[in-house]
Amino acid sequence: MTTLPTESQKSAQIRFTLNGEETDVSFAPYKTLLEVLREDLGHTGTKHGCELGECGACAVLLNGKPVLSCLVLALDCGGTEVLTVEGLGEGGNLHPLQDAFADLGAAQCGYCTPAILVTAKALLDLNPHPSRDQIREAISGNLCRCTGYLQIFEAVEAAMLKIADQRKSVTQIPG
Amino acid sequence: MPKEKDSRKTLVDAPRANGDGLRVIGVPRRRVDARAKVTGQTRFADDIFLPRMAHSKLLRSPHPHARIRKIDTSRAGAHPGVYLVLTGKDVPIQYGILPVSQDEQALCVDRVRHVGDPVAAVIAREELTAFEALDLIDVDYEILTTISSPEEALATPQPRIHEYGEEGNIHKLVALEFGNVEEGFAEADEIFEDTFFFQGSTHLAIEQHAAVAIKDPDGKLTIWSSTQTPHYLHRALAKVLEMPAAHIRVIATPNGGGFGGKSDPFNHEIVVAKAALMLDRPVKICLTREEVFYCHRGRHPVLMKFKTGVKKDGAITGMHLQTLIDGGAYGSYGVASTFYAGALQTTTYHIPRYRYQGCRTFTNKPPCGPKRGHGTPQPRFGQEVQLDKIAEKLKIDPADLRLRIVESSNAVTANFFRLGTVNLAECIRRVVKVSDWKEKFRKLPEGRGVGLACSAYLTGAGLPIYWNKMPHSGVQLKFDRSGGISIFCGATEIGQGSDDVLAGIVAEVLGIDTFDIRLFTGDTDLGPVDLGSYSSRVTLMAGNAAFEAAERGKAIIAAAVAEKLEVPKERLRFVDKRVFDSAAPEKGVTFQEAVCLAEARFGTIGTVGSYTPPKSPALYKGGGVGPSPTYSYSAAVVEVAVNRITGWVTVPKIWIAHDIGRALNPTLARGQVEGSVYMGLGEALMEEQEFRRLPKKLSHALVHKFPSILEYKSPTSLDMPEVITELIEEPDPHGPFGAKEVGQGPLLPIMPAVASAVYDAVGVRIDEIPVTPEKIMKALAEKKAGRDPRFGPSHFPHVNWPEPLRVPPPWEGGDGNAVNDVPRRQKSRQEKEQVLAP
Repeated sequence: MTTLPTESQKSAQIRFTLNGEETDVSFAPYKTLLEVLREDLGHTGTKHGCELGECGACAVLLNGKPVLSCLVLALDCGGTEVLTVEGLGEGGNLHPLQDAFADLGAAQCGYCTPAILVTAKALLDLNPHPSRDQIREAISGNLCRCTGYLQIFEAVEAAMLKIADQRKSVTQIPG
Repeated sequence: MPKEKDSRKTLVDAPRANGDGLRVIGVPRRRVDARAKVTGQTRFADDIFLPRMAHSKLLRSPHPHARIRKIDTSRAGAHPGVYLVLTGKDVPIQYGILPVSQDEQALCVDRVRHVGDPVAAVIAREELTAFEALDLIDVDYEILTTISSPEEALATPQPRIHEYGEEGNIHKLVALEFGNVEEGFAEADEIFEDTFFFQGSTHLAIEQHAAVAIKDPDGKLTIWSSTQTPHYLHRALAKVLEMPAAHIRVIATPNGGGFGGKSDPFNHEIVVAKAALMLDRPVKICLTREEVFYCHRGRHPVLMKFKTGVKKDGAITGMHLQTLIDGGAYGSYGVASTFYAGALQTTTYHIPRYRYQGCRTFTNKPPCGPKRGHGTPQPRFGQEVQLDKIAEKLKIDPADLRLRIVESSNAVTANFFRLGTVNLAECIRRVVKVSDWKEKFRKLPEGRGVGLACSAYLTGAGLPIYWNKMPHSGVQLKFDRSGGISIFCGATEIGQGSDDVLAGIVAEVLGIDTFDIRLFTGDTDLGPVDLGSYSSRVTLMAGNAAFEAAERGKAIIAAAVAEKLEVPKERLRFVDKRVFDSAAPEKGVTFQEAVCLAEARFGTIGTVGSYTPPKSPALYKGGGVGPSPTYSYSAAVVEVAVNRITGWVTVPKIWIAHDIGRALNPTLARGQVEGSVYMGLGEALMEEQEFRRLPKKLSHALVHKFPSILEYKSPTSLDMPEVITELIEEPDPHGPFGAKEVGQGPLLPIMPAVASAVYDAVGVRIDEIPVTPEKIMKALAEKKAGRDPRFGPSHFPHVNWPEPLRVPPPWEGGDGNAVNDVPRRQKSRQEKEQVLAP
């Protein structure tokens, strides 16, 4: 018999892959993936702007696809792969998208940035050479109030070129 | 890997000198806080989690206007997991951003004045528990008459929403006359009278307001908050909590967007501070998006009537502007907004005689306050659209008309604002050129059109919010033996790049890299006061303070190095992390060695710099709102396509020229221009802070029509046009390295340019913001029926304007004083000290 209020009981648990690492977490069953990431796993990189699925600031990749984590129940994420902004880097380096966003002014206040980064990554994973219109479409669910989006488009395009270059240099036959 | 050729892109590892020999300033570069932002490591207020942290939620009034008869919190207090319930009697002391309108209480004691006005707070173990316990608080309200518009406020003096103000529900009346306007009209060849309406809008920063307060280990109060103005919050907390300010620490976390929405001291900040002190545990609050709509402090809805006299050649002979301003339920910055609405008309085009009458009323809606442009976008819209009508009547191209009447650099306006550099003419010429204006205006096929508009904006308010003689910004520098520098400054990073501005200036002066610099900003314990991120003041004021501190440090270091190298200190250069003899560059030391030499010679090195704006010549009462060290200027051309069947407006392209003085970081400057254009477009086409009355049978509620980030329309990536940005750079002597503002000015011309473009496209005038399809359809129907092809207000209600303060303009021998101080009542000495025009 416990005096712990129901809301405080972390009676739900999942095992899932977070940013490439198998992870266990316990939480109150009513919580969304967003809340569990931020409050129970300390991954505060993903943000909230409305918690109603209207602004896109909470976007993460769930099995490679962008989802609004404020609308996903954490209980439904057992056995899935989740990627957040914290997991974008590769081998201790920033992802080309992160470098491009940083260099080209695509992040001003930075609040919408994590969500747009993972959404752009999903786009480039699916389509390595998107047109400007395809980039617009892909991030049309992410609201930004600072940049006016133009430097974001340019950053995605710059990253796209860098990734293509990296792939070329990997596949180039030496000598 | 091929090197990128686009000169706008960053050259992070290859800094180069630009035309002026500057290596940091003017070079597009990665901002100092970029890496933290793209890795998600920037700590916003709601990202703070502390052991034993409790969560707070506010109970907000469902009624727009009511007396609180009784509050019973016993059920909520007994709910499992609830630690504390607060009501107004726990924090009754009134506060407010302006000394003249300290009309808010953290939790309402006697009365609620808008739907959303907080009346109680629950602090609980979990956020959900706090939410649930709100439903357990019983409030007995006595409903009062709701006032929903300024017209209603004028007609309904009782009940008063506030027991202060001019009279009834009129909060503030302003009447100023600079020269005899009737004489001006008598001299005119043509008189134009136009009425416009500009709807309210909100900031919609993606980050919701959040704050965390603790009783720190010492026993003093610390609060982290998403505030743009930590210093003003600091003062409000000291007042309401009745604590010495020295025992309170306010840390402004980086804001996830501010735009003026986070510049007031807020109910929720005071509540968590009080709760943290009472419980001796951390207390956090984060507002829901709906609550942010009710917090508001956004763009005042303004009804405007412009009467302007012009000569045949376009010269203005006189202007009379009346404004009726919807203030919402509290004062906020509203008195300043009322003055701002009359201030900047004279800073773009020469106006020899000017009369301004402004009326702000209270209404039972969320309070309005400062939103990007603060009180100036509304009259700028009216002024620019009227100029478009004037140009058409006089048969002069709108660009040419403006070029004939632009103000000059260093002029003093009729209302005694001293201008700095004025490159508005160059902005107009540039934007005309790059947009092919001459080939398009009145020449595009039916349904397509272009519009041109201009604007000006302050580079920092010339006076502080509360009267004092102290600097507006201070910077302290610590010079470390490691060769690194620490910058301490109260300036607040809200996304605009203030941290990068400070670092860039110091790096340039000392010849180091911005990466060698650590910043400690927005913390009232660590850094000297900076008044806050509002009125586009930080680049100029904190920037000048940083420059002064850096130059002082440079002088100390130079003295030590000069002695060591036996070289006159005037010959020393600080470049590329070295300090060397310009006559023999190989003779030098590293910057790190130089600092150590200086420390050995002089002791610990620390310098300060500060900035106070120059005194303004506007000495009359009310002249404190509008002065600035210098002003930025913008000219924009907007191209639209209007569908005649649906009224739908698309905007394929915008060209904008901005007189920035100097772009300290061109990447950031471009971002500010594009962000301003984006936000202006949102206001022009879709953003509306609209309210509706619920049927009296159901309730008396006056509710926000769409308090959600989905239904309150803002532009998405699909809506943003191509934007061509032209930065006009003539360094202004008032700014650090010549810089002027860029965060607000480029927003202002967009709304009038859109309206004028719609007229060019389909021949209808929408004299209102936003320009919506419904309004265009109605105007097209009017046009088809042979009536005035216009949608907009036709009536400006009668207001009992007071006798105006008469201030002869400079060219009539005026000295900036009024010749008739209108005594309304005996002012107490305290009031005199406090009533500084904000």
